[in-house]
Amino acid sequence: MAIIKEAIKQLLSRPVTLKYPFERVAPPEGFRGRPVWDMRRCIGCGLCSKICPSGAIEIIGKGKEAKIKYYVDRCMFCGQCAESCPRNAIAMTSEFELANYSREKMLYEYEREF
Amino acid sequence: MGYGSIVKVPFGPQHPALKEPENFTFEIDGDIIVNVKPRIGYNHRGIEKAMEARTYIQNIYLAERICGICSDAHTTCYCQAIEELLNVEVPSRAKYIRTVIAELERIHSHSLWVGIAAHEIGFDTLFMHLWRDRETVMDILEFVSGNRVHYAMNTIGGVRRDITDEMIPKINSGLNFLEKKIKHYINTISNEPTILKRTVNVGVLKPKDAVELCAVGPTLRASGVKNDVRKDDPYAAYDEVPFNVITNDGCDVFARIIVRCEEMLESIRIIRYALEHMPSGMTRVRVPLVVPPGESVSRVEAPRGELIHYAKSNGTSKPERYKVRSPTLANIPALCKMLMGQHVADIPIVLAGIDPCFACMDRVAIIDLKTGEKKVFNFEVFRRHIQKCYRKH
Repeated sequence: MAIIKEAIKQLLSRPVTLKYPFERVAPPEGFRGRPVWDMRRCIGCGLCSKICPSGAIEIIGKGKEAKIKYYVDRCMFCGQCAESCPRNAIAMTSEFELANYSREKMLYEYEREF
Repeated sequence: MGYGSIVKVPFGPQHPALKEPENFTFEIDGDIIVNVKPRIGYNHRGIEKAMEARTYIQNIYLAERICGICSDAHTTCYCQAIEELLNVEVPSRAKYIRTVIAELERIHSHSLWVGIAAHEIGFDTLFMHLWRDRETVMDILEFVSGNRVHYAMNTIGGVRRDITDEMIPKINSGLNFLEKKIKHYINTISNEPTILKRTVNVGVLKPKDAVELCAVGPTLRASGVKNDVRKDDPYAAYDEVPFNVITNDGCDVFARIIVRCEEMLESIRIIRYALEHMPSGMTRVRVPLVVPPGESVSRVEAPRGELIHYAKSNGTSKPERYKVRSPTLANIPALCKMLMGQHVADIPIVLAGIDPCFACMDRVAIIDLKTGEKKVFNFEVFRRHIQKCYRKH
């Protein structure tokens, strides 16, 4: 009988689900979303590219001229790159709506501005 | 009883009652199962081999992806195996955080399972209510670790994130809500005639059989056998946290539901104690990337039962051999015993009773397509077989 009481209570209250594109919940603090590179801090050591478990980071060139290619479609958002970076140049943002119809648009490039 | 003729009924690999591809052939006399033949190997993913090609740090995230539901159990087990090889002692604060995450995961896994069990017997109202309340523990996990499913909390030598004092009130308020709800569900389940009729005396596994067939986890504990890796071979902070091993003498599916529900309450108590008595200090120690040669075995009580990882290192930054024995594989012989003598209509609930996770446990099966014969290869024969195949193409 307890289940019927609970079911009626739920029937009279508003649904627990949200109408997603119209209603949003902000991800909690510390959420691991898309990583971003701060190229002013990057020294081009290539550690992020070496440590990445899914091969989502590519580094072209060396040192301060290095260019970083980040493939969001390969990334699994573990945050190991941000942890391994010796200069704290990588930060995990709370951005999570990253799906796209074309793979080309899922590539982010970072370059040092002079 | 039966009609005197035995009919073979294939169940799976594609079947509405199974969420994962696995095949069981039932020999049925009338409506009663007289024999069961499991056939695994549909969902082999080659993770053990993939681990040999990745570094120890990268493997943490691969180990995490063996299972989506017990992801923390797999990383804890992996990290313990590698820490043993490195001879590293984990700081005690990290051990307490590992315990908290492991128990939060147990709550989420068990409430997921009780929902699935309700769904398998056609009681979808309970399923929806349980999964609604399960969101509370998922939110706590996301809040603590930064992700709902793959927490990425463990690393070799400790944990990656700290549980700060500001987080504790929020975790506690979530736990209070869950405790109230779980007590309500235990009350509902043990008084609801629909559930009792479908689960009492269904899928009986006697204690003697359970021990003989090497069942693990809640399946074994629901047969009245007190066995828990957390108590028998304590890891993380379980040697410092007082808790009871929940058992039930029912031996049927109903006992398995009750054991899991009570384990959730016990988990809440463990988390409260661990949060209160958490020592201060570091959360991790830095470890070298290269692991000295050696072998190690590590055991963890995953939500489904005893999980075993084996690692062999050859002194490089990648493991030479890695082996995973997940709890579902240990429960398959016991599952066949449970299914014997059951009605066909009870197959889904008995199958779901061991909380199967087939993709985690799958093994390679080599089958001769012409004769339908299943072969077991040892390494030498397997090597010759591969060489023969290569020469052909």
